[in-house]
Amino acid sequence: MRCWPWLAALAAAAGLSAPASAASFDYRLQARKVADGVYALIGKIENFSRENGGNIVNTGFIIGVDGVIVIDTGPSKAYGEQQRAAIAQLTAKPIVQVLLTHSHPDHVLGNQAYPGVPVASLPATAVTLTQSGDALLGNLYRLVGDAMRDTEVRLPNAVAADGALSVAGRKLRLIAARGHSDGDLMVFDEASHTLFAGDLVFFERAPTTPNADLPQWLETLDALDGFEFAVLVPGHGPVLHDHAGIAQTRDYLRWLRDSLQGAARRGLDMPEVLQLPMPERFRTLAVLKTEYERSVTHLYPAYELDTLPTIPRSKPK
Amino acid sequence: MSTLPLIVMLCLVAASASAAELPADPLNSPAWSTIAGRYFKGQTVAFDARVKVTAPSSAEDPLDVPVQISAEGLPDVQEMLVVADLNPIQKILSYEPLRAAPSLAFRFKVEQSTPIRVAARTRDGVWHLGGVWLSAAGGGCTTPSYGSADPVWQTRLNEVRGRLWPADDHTGQRLRLRVIHPMDTGLANGIPAFYIDRIVLSDAKGVTLARLNTFEPVSENPVLSFDLRGSGAVQVSGGDIQGNTFSAEISP
Repeated sequence: MRCWPWLAALAAAAGLSAPASAASFDYRLQARKVADGVYALIGKIENFSRENGGNIVNTGFIIGVDGVIVIDTGPSKAYGEQQRAAIAQLTAKPIVQVLLTHSHPDHVLGNQAYPGVPVASLPATAVTLTQSGDALLGNLYRLVGDAMRDTEVRLPNAVAADGALSVAGRKLRLIAARGHSDGDLMVFDEASHTLFAGDLVFFERAPTTPNADLPQWLETLDALDGFEFAVLVPGHGPVLHDHAGIAQTRDYLRWLRDSLQGAARRGLDMPEVLQLPMPERFRTLAVLKTEYERSVTHLYPAYELDTLPTIPRSKPK
Repeated sequence: MSTLPLIVMLCLVAASASAAELPADPLNSPAWSTIAGRYFKGQTVAFDARVKVTAPSSAEDPLDVPVQISAEGLPDVQEMLVVADLNPIQKILSYEPLRAAPSLAFRFKVEQSTPIRVAARTRDGVWHLGGVWLSAAGGGCTTPSYGSADPVWQTRLNEVRGRLWPADDHTGQRLRLRVIHPMDTGLANGIPAFYIDRIVLSDAKGVTLARLNTFEPVSENPVLSFDLRGSGAVQVSGGDIQGNTFSAEISP
């Protein structure tokens, strides 16, 4: 029997990969220092896939005097555990607080890695996860597959409120807002002037809108534009030191609003709206076409309904 | 977005829909022979690039997948039939565009990834087929309607919203309609089928402009777009399978 060397190499690689596939998906998380004691784990600017295991999201943590604060726990149990391991490589201090920015599955499904730790969110986040958590989880299993293994929804067990929060010897300012979802929590670290903006800010990736309220979101971004910070960690996309992410998110959302409203007023139906041209300036945004298609589905029904008056019942002729 | 590739023009070989002569399905659907046997038995079918289905490549909301069908360029379209091969209820609607363009937009509930096909029957009796694949997480057909759980909704049953827009080229007008109706498929536990099955459009003189028969998979609170020839007020009348009717006059 002939055996080509490359075939042998392939067989060896397959043999080696067998035990690896039985283990958890390896996210290869690398904590990136964005300020003194403040770290971000930057996900890919892609859609959910089997290859990325759902790591399309930014999470972060802040090392305080006597403990660590985690901001969002990622898309899966394995991500949460590997996030925790990445933290442990930098500090032996205990995790004393988890803060969830909002209810979307890529931000909260790593909660299982933090048993016994207070996990706080805005009340709306807990409500959404109670009602839809299992459906969101099921959808992620479908999109991401095995990286989700053993992941279950763990509801937040504490309430986050707008205002100052001192934890682990670190002064934080929690900012409760709305727009991307019906409960968007931003976390501002007073010492380093780092803002974890959650999904209120996207950068270099098209925003997602499954639970968005565009007018509210735009209002929140207007307010955020007047906010002073040194570092901004967006929910998706690279870390910023300026307002470019706020400006880009706002520009896109304004265009989306005006485009959908204009299309509805011209009497277009959804399949036609899906084919409208995109402005040149957005073409560099990752996953633009997919997110635009999703946004039309989420948002267009309300705009078109505004253009269709109720007709009084008439006698059939 | 995808429309049927031009390549199918090459397969414009009309064939009687018997198993032996059935033209190969450009969508490679596992259900093609079943669909052909059920809807086109003994009739002539041809895949035709002029018959188009426009839909998103993936169903973001399985309860509300937007679709546009069109057979522009195909003369004398008598009827358009829309089926989703792998839906538990395959037939979505049939449309007779009597005095309307052979195009229609609607939304439907999808249970799993499936081809969406439109078949346009011309005067010579030939069915011209086009279609696309839709990827879907699904569950749309077996999920209870919002209306079935909300008694307030029922008081607005068959309420019509609508408006007319003159066509860009002034050759006709677009009618957009929304009718409040649960459109229950009968596949959700304990909720029997309950859906609008007919909508007729006519002009001020009572001349029928278009006739639409809808089935269970059409989305709750159907939103429809018709492209009508001519101008002027349109009388909309319709009803559901339990005898509830609606009628509304929509003026330009």
